[in-house]
Parts: sequence; C-alpha cells; structure tokens
Amino acid sequence: MEIIKPLSQYLAVMVLSPLLLGVINRVKAFFAGRRGHPTLQLYFDLYKLFSKTPVYSRTTTWVFRAGPVIGVSAMVTVLAVLPFAGRPSFLSFEGDFIFIIYLLGLARFATVLAALDTGSAFEGMGASREMQFAVFAEPAFFLGLAALARVTGQTSLAGMFGALTGDTWRVAAPVLVLLTASFFIVLLAENSRVPADDPATHLELTMIHEVMALDHSGPDLAYILYGASLKLWVFGSLIGCMVLPRHSGSWASDCALFLLVMFVVAAAVGVVESSMARLRLIKVPYMLITAFAFSALALIFQMGR
Amino acid sequence: MITALLLLPLTAGILAFIIRGDVVRRALLLWTARAHFSLMALLVIDRVYGGLLSGAPAAGAGAAWFSYDALGLLFAGIASLLFLGAAHYAVKYLALEKCDPGEEAADGFVFNNAPEAVFTGCLLLFMAAMTAVTASRNMGLLWALVEATTLLSAPLIYFHRDKRSLEATWKYLLICSVGIALALMGNLFLGAAGLKTGAGLDLAALLGKAADLDKPLLKAAFLFLFVGYGTKMGLSPFHTWLPDAHSEAPAVVSALLSGALLNCAFLGILRVNAVCSQAGLKDFTGGILILFGLFSVVTAALFMLGQRDYKRLLAYSSIEHMGILALGTGLGGGAAFGAMLGALSHSLTKAGLFFTSGVVLASEKTKRIADVRGLWRRAPCTAALWLAGFFLITGMPPSGVFLAKFLILKEAIRLDHYWLACGYLFFLAVLFAGMAKVFIAMTFGEREPKTGEKPFEEPRGMLAPAAAFFLIVAGIGLYLPEWLRTLISAALTGIGGKS
Amino acid sequence: MHTFAELIIVLIILLDLALAVTGSLSSCIRLVALQGVVAGLLPLLAGAPHPRALLFAAVIVTLKGAVFPWLLMRARDQSGARKDVEPLISYPASIALCIGAFIASSWMGSRLPLPETQVAWIVPASLATIFTGFLLITTRSKAITQVLGYLVIENGIYIFGLALFVEQPMMVELAILLDVFVAVFVMGIAIFHISREFDHIDTAELSELSDWRRAGDAK
Repeated sequence: MEIIKPLSQYLAVMVLSPLLLGVINRVKAFFAGRRGHPTLQLYFDLYKLFSKTPVYSRTTTWVFRAGPVIGVSAMVTVLAVLPFAGRPSFLSFEGDFIFIIYLLGLARFATVLAALDTGSAFEGMGASREMQFAVFAEPAFFLGLAALARVTGQTSLAGMFGALTGDTWRVAAPVLVLLTASFFIVLLAENSRVPADDPATHLELTMIHEVMALDHSGPDLAYILYGASLKLWVFGSLIGCMVLPRHSGSWASDCALFLLVMFVVAAAVGVVESSMARLRLIKVPYMLITAFAFSALALIFQMGR
Repeated sequence: MITALLLLPLTAGILAFIIRGDVVRRALLLWTARAHFSLMALLVIDRVYGGLLSGAPAAGAGAAWFSYDALGLLFAGIASLLFLGAAHYAVKYLALEKCDPGEEAADGFVFNNAPEAVFTGCLLLFMAAMTAVTASRNMGLLWALVEATTLLSAPLIYFHRDKRSLEATWKYLLICSVGIALALMGNLFLGAAGLKTGAGLDLAALLGKAADLDKPLLKAAFLFLFVGYGTKMGLSPFHTWLPDAHSEAPAVVSALLSGALLNCAFLGILRVNAVCSQAGLKDFTGGILILFGLFSVVTAALFMLGQRDYKRLLAYSSIEHMGILALGTGLGGGAAFGAMLGALSHSLTKAGLFFTSGVVLASEKTKRIADVRGLWRRAPCTAALWLAGFFLITGMPPSGVFLAKFLILKEAIRLDHYWLACGYLFFLAVLFAGMAKVFIAMTFGEREPKTGEKPFEEPRGMLAPAAAFFLIVAGIGLYLPEWLRTLISAALTGIGGKS
Repeated sequence: MHTFAELIIVLIILLDLALAVTGSLSSCIRLVALQGVVAGLLPLLAGAPHPRALLFAAVIVTLKGAVFPWLLMRARDQSGARKDVEPLISYPASIALCIGAFIASSWMGSRLPLPETQVAWIVPASLATIFTGFLLITTRSKAITQVLGYLVIENGIYIFGLALFVEQPMMVELAILLDVFVAVFVMGIAIFHISREFDHIDTAELSELSDWRRAGDAK
C-alpha cells in the first residue's frame, strides 16, 4: 500500500504541471487587463500537437529527433527523485541532488544538440545563449543545493526536505531566505521567464529558449512544451518544499497545502513577469551572478556557524 | 587655565566669522595668538618650576577629558609658539594678498581667494582643535579631535581657489578621513582589549591597567592606530596626500600643517605606544616604528632627488623628519629624547622655511625650482634666511635638528643596530645632497634678467617670524636650557621612552 | 531575536553586494542610506533598549537616513554630471571582489582574537562592509562615490563597534557622529567646487599633482 502515495503524487505532478503555465498566463492577463487564454490552454495545445504528424527538414539527423524525447524523459526521471510536499518520491538515494543536476544538464545538452543539428543560424544563436546562461545558472543552483545539504546534514533531496522543519527556519532563517531567493532567480532563468527571456516573444534576435524549438513540430514540439512545464514544476517544487517546512502528519492536508504553494509560486512568477521588463541580454549574467552570490553567501554563512 | 586655553581660540574663531572689518579681524588673530602663547608659557613655567611634571596630571573637574601631562604640554607649546609666528606672518600675508592677489600669475593661473573671514576663522578653530588634541586624555576624544583638525584645515588649503589647490584639498580630505577611520577601528580594538578591566578609552585607566590588557587585541589596536594616525602624520607609504597639500596651501598654512598638525598626529601614535610599552609590547611597537620610520626617510630621499617644486621639496623633508621621529621613538632611550627634541626643532625650522618660501613665491611668482635663480641679488634677506633654513633643517651643527639626529644615531649604534645606523646615515647624506643642490642653485645661481620685472621689496614682517624661529633652533643646538631638558625628560616618561 | 539580528546582518551583506553592482548614482546613495539606517537599528534588537540607546539610534537614523542622502543628492544635482557610477572595473569583477572580500573577512573574523559575539557573522559582515567601502573608493571614478565609500567604511566600523560591545562615552560617540557629519558636509562643498572648476566630478582628472610624471612633462 505504501507505493500508492508516491505513485499518486507522481501522477499528480505529471497531470498538473501544465496547469502552472496556465496560472502564470492568467496572472499576467489579469495584470494586463486582458481576458487571456483559458487556464487549460496548454492541455489543448498538447492534445492538438500530439494528433499531428511531425515534419522534418532534410538536413536533420536522428539527433534532432532524439532531442525532445531525451529532454522530456530526463525531466520525468528528475521528478521521480524530487520529493513532493516534503515527502520522498519513489526514487531516492544518497547524493541524488547531484544526479538531478546532471539530468537537467543532460536535457539541456540534448535540446542544444537538436537545435544545432538543424544547421540554422538562429537556432545556433539560441543554443549559444542557452549555454552561456547555463554557465552562470548551474553553479548557483549547485551551490544552493550544497548549502541546503549543509543546513540539514542530509545528502538526498528527500532527506534534506524531510529534515527541513519549522525549527530549521528559526535557527537558520538567513540561509534559507538567501537560498529561496537564489532558487527563484534560477527558476526564472532556467525556465526562460521574463527578466532573462520572454516566452511570449517571437522576435528571433531576443529569443533564447523559444528559438531552439522553432524547427520542431507535432509531437516533438509537444514533448518540448511538456518538458518545459515539468521543468517549471521541478524548480517550483524546490521552492515550495523550502518555504513549506510543516509536516502535519496528514498526507492529504500536506499535499493540498503544497499544491496551493505551487500555484502561489506560479502566481509570483506571473507577478514578476508583469511588473518587470526583460533585461538586456548582457545584463542577464549579472542577475545570475547575483543568484550565485546568494548561494555562495548562504554556503559560507552556513559553514561558519 | 586649560579651559581658558581651549576656549580662547574657539571663541575667537567663531567671532572671526562674524566680524566684518578686515583690520579688526586681523588684530583679533594676532592678539589671540599672543594671548594663547602667554597662557601656554605661564602653564609651562607653572608646571616646570612647580614640580608638577612627574606623576599623573592634576585632577579636577573635567580632568578625565582634558588635562596636560608633560608630553601634551611639550606638543601644545610647540603648536602655540608656531601659531604665534604664523599669526604675525598671516596678518602681513593677508594684507599683501588683498592688494595683489594671484601670486602665481606667471603660471597662467588666475584665481580668487576664499573670503578672508573664513580663512581666519578656520585658522583659529584649527588651532583650537590642535590645542584640544594635545590636552585630551581620552583616546576616543583624541580621535574625534584629530578628525576635526582635518576638516577644519581643509578650507585653509583651498584658500587659493584654483584647480590645483582643489585637487590637493580633495586628496587631503579623503585620504586623511579614510586613514582616520582606520584609527577608529584601532580605538575599538583598544576598547575591546580593555573590556575585562573596564578601562574604556581613558588614557590614565589604560596606562594603569596596561598589564591586564588583552595582548593580541592590543597589538591589533596599535597597528590600526598606527596606520590611521600615520596617514595623518605623513609616514610613508601613507604620505601621498602630504606633498600635494603642503605645496598648494598658502605658506602660513603649510607651516602650521607641517609644524603642528603632523605633531598632533604623532601624539596619537605616542599615546598608544605608551600604553603598549606599559603592557610589555615595546619590542613589537618599536619594530614597527623603526621599520616605517626608516622607510619614510628612504622614500623622502628618493622623491627629493629630481624634485621640481620647492614647496614639495619641503613637504618631502617633513616626511623625512616624521620618519626620523618615528625611528627615534622606536629605538627608545636617548633616541626618544632625540625624537622629542627633533619634533621641536623640526617644527620651528620647517615653519620658518615655509614662511620664507612664501616670500620667495611672492618675489618669483613661481614654485618651480628651475625658474628661481640668484635669489640673493633680488631679495638678499630672504636668500639668507632660505640658506640658513637649509643648513638648520639638514642638521648642520649648531642646530637642534643636528642634536636630535645625532642622538638617534648614537642610540642606534649603542643598541648595535649597525646596519640601521649605516642606512640612516646614508640616506641623510642623500637628503643633504639633494637639498643642497636645490637650495644653493636657488640662492646663488645665475639669474636671467626678466623684462619688465619690478624690484622686489622684501616684507620684513613676514621674514621676522622665520628669523626668530631659526635663532631659537640654533640656540637649542648650542645650549639646551635646563627647563626644556626637564620638560622633555618628563615627556619621555609619558611615552615609555625611559628604559 | 538573534535570528532577526542575523537577518539584518545578511541584509547588510546583500547591500554591500548591491553597492558593488549598482550603476545608478542615486540608487547608490539610497543603498548607503538604507545600510546606515539598518545598522543604526541593529543595537535596538539586542534586548531591551534603554533611553540612551534609543536617542542615539534616533540621531543615527536621522543623520544617515535623511541628512546624508539629502546632502549627497544635492551635490549630485548641482554637479550636473552623468548620473551613473562609471566604475573603472566591470561589475562582475566588482561582485567577485566583493565576494572574495567576504570570504577573506570571514577567515579574518575567525582568526581575530575577539571576544565571543552573540550574533553570528557580525564581525565578518562589518569587515566585508569596510572592504566594500574601499572598493567603492578605489574603483569608482567619481568624487561622490568616494564619499559614499567613506560612508560605507564608517557603517562597517560602526557595526564592528557593535560586535565588540565597546561602550564609548556618549560624548565621544556624539563627537564621532559630528565629525562624520561635518566630513560629509565639507566633502559635499568640495564636490560642488570640483564640479564648478572641472565641469565634472571625475577624480581621474585630479591628477595634476604627482611625482610620477614622466620627465618629458616638465616644462
């Protein structure tokens, strides 16, 4: 029976993650005074794309086709490791936070390779930018998780978030605040949200993530869109687990609360997107360096306690 | 008496801002300086002949904040004497500036001067702050007052409203303020060192409980205070503001900066040095003082060679002498006596030289060494004083400076620091050679006749203070009066110089 | 309560970082003011404040939070200079130096033979703030940023004093504050004069007086 809960958590994630993007879009529409897409728009899109036949350029090879599949399967695996509402998922082992960092890296690698495989200058440019920002974002994320491991004394994600309680917040509030801020910035950058990238733009010169998906169509594009929503869930749930350290013992209430927090995080992203303009490309590394500084400070701060 | 000494320049300074008439204001400056000096002389006589020099300073209301021990008295006396000379000089100088502003017209600079009221007022307040520095008995208060001297003297440097003096003022303000901020760190360390004893920053309490102070913290305190006050004092490598400020300020201000202000900063170092010596850190502090002292002498010697501006040359000579003072204090014993004597002689000689340099500037309208030749033809009295000042400052006997330098050398040899003694002698020789070249060329060189040059009438009133100072310094070299010896010896107990 | 104080310490460090990257002169002034206010409030958190501490905090907060920014903003407006900081090194280099300074100061903080402090990280934070002040003075070209650097150093020293629990007599503390006030005032006037004489407040132009000129410059 004990497998039921993790499994239902996992299924919930798989089903609910496109909803997050819907929430973000609703919030943005609200601030812009528009009616906006339906909240379930992404589900309709996915359905539509899956029923289409993909079109492949003759210059592409198998690498191009493998990219979206590897990307989405990496995300699916990451979510199998990631705890839900502070409770372990079914795959959890010591040091798994390094595992998920590499899985995220793998997904990025596959996407970038697929983009390069098209031979298009635009996609190459997007790939180059993606990698450039990753150089800044990954150390911030890695150091942040390391600091969290240091705070809780655990090396598995499930252990870390399981050990994170209200008392931890009382003792190490400064560190956790720094980490939350750092993760939030990494979330915005990794998911190509507004200060780093504008998901709504279709102007090639300023696009980063979108430009890499230009040549994909049909189910491949659906995989990419779905993978993106799973990635948003990954980072969102890290923040959610961080700010919600309460373990009441009741599984149902914990999960409900966690889902609520996830939507709050999505709403926060929407607010940020509505209130900020996109940064100039050369300024994006500054933002990520800030995240890196937050993580580094948190780690130093924790080590010296 | 102390209250009167402190309040006199303070009130006069505030009055100077209010008074409208130039004549009245100048008279106020003059008479304040005279009154201040008379009071100071009375105080010195009272202390020396009243036998009050040994032991703790007299108790009384406010004695925890302000009172004089022998060391403070010595430095206050120097400052007061200098101020007397400076006031006499300044009165003539201001009158001259009023009729003929733009003393550096030959360099193509046209400028206005700051309002005379601001100048006089700041001068008096600056003196008040320096008097208070010498009298303060609390390290925290000492800090605040040293910073006050920086702020009050900044407008003085910017008397000539031109770009160069502005640059000098800015450097002076910023470098000294930041340096002094480090001294504040030092004060905090000092307070932390005495936290368990409850000594606070009171000098007497710190000296009394020196043995119980936390040694590592005390060392940190000394380092920070040394760097902080050393910046203000012009020890190399923290001296960068000094040549600029001294060369761009009016001569009278340069004289006060060099002769009195640097001593005040030195007093800050001496105070903490005394505490450290009491706590048994004499070797540590002595080593640092010797190192930076010698380094300052070397720096000054190197920068003096090839110097093109004679006021900067004098400024580097000040750095050299500050180095010698630090060196002497670090060696201790007889050298410390030499250092105190050196402080006195250097202040008077350098002030006299700066006064003379002001007259040279008025005559030649340039600060460039290469453009001043054959001074004795145009201004014989000035030239004579210029040369006399050179002999005195480089330590030709008979001069108080000679005595000081000699005592320090003797102590270095007595303590078997042969390399130190050799280096010291060598760089003094370099300094002598560097200065001799400049001074002799300026005095005797072949003068190129300039067209349309008016004959120069030497302002006797501006030369008189310099002449008086030079006579005093030469007199000290010939015969050291008993009362002065007593005063300096008593001052030595205040810095732990007696081994 | 200590957690709250620690949060403030973190805030102060973050303000250091922000100062290292901020490009706009007016936000720099505001950040320095904020840091001063936050540091001024810090002693009130350490238990029940008595009237003296309250009064002192009030003086500090007024000075650093209102008077200094006002003076500096005035100097900025009068100078009519470009409204950005114009650093001599790039912003990533600034922030790297800042983080390096923080690591160095945490090392120094652990090495210094200081009495035990109650609030973690107060000593490294103060040292890092002092380093940031030096960074502002040395790597920014404007006169006004040098004043800001001086103020940041002063903030750092103030926090350091709090860490050591050195009780200075009221008179001395007020004298120190007065000095800092007059210093900023006088520097403000000097900035005004610099902007009038040089048409800008770039200290790189203040280079006429130097002994390092090449011999060829001599006329």
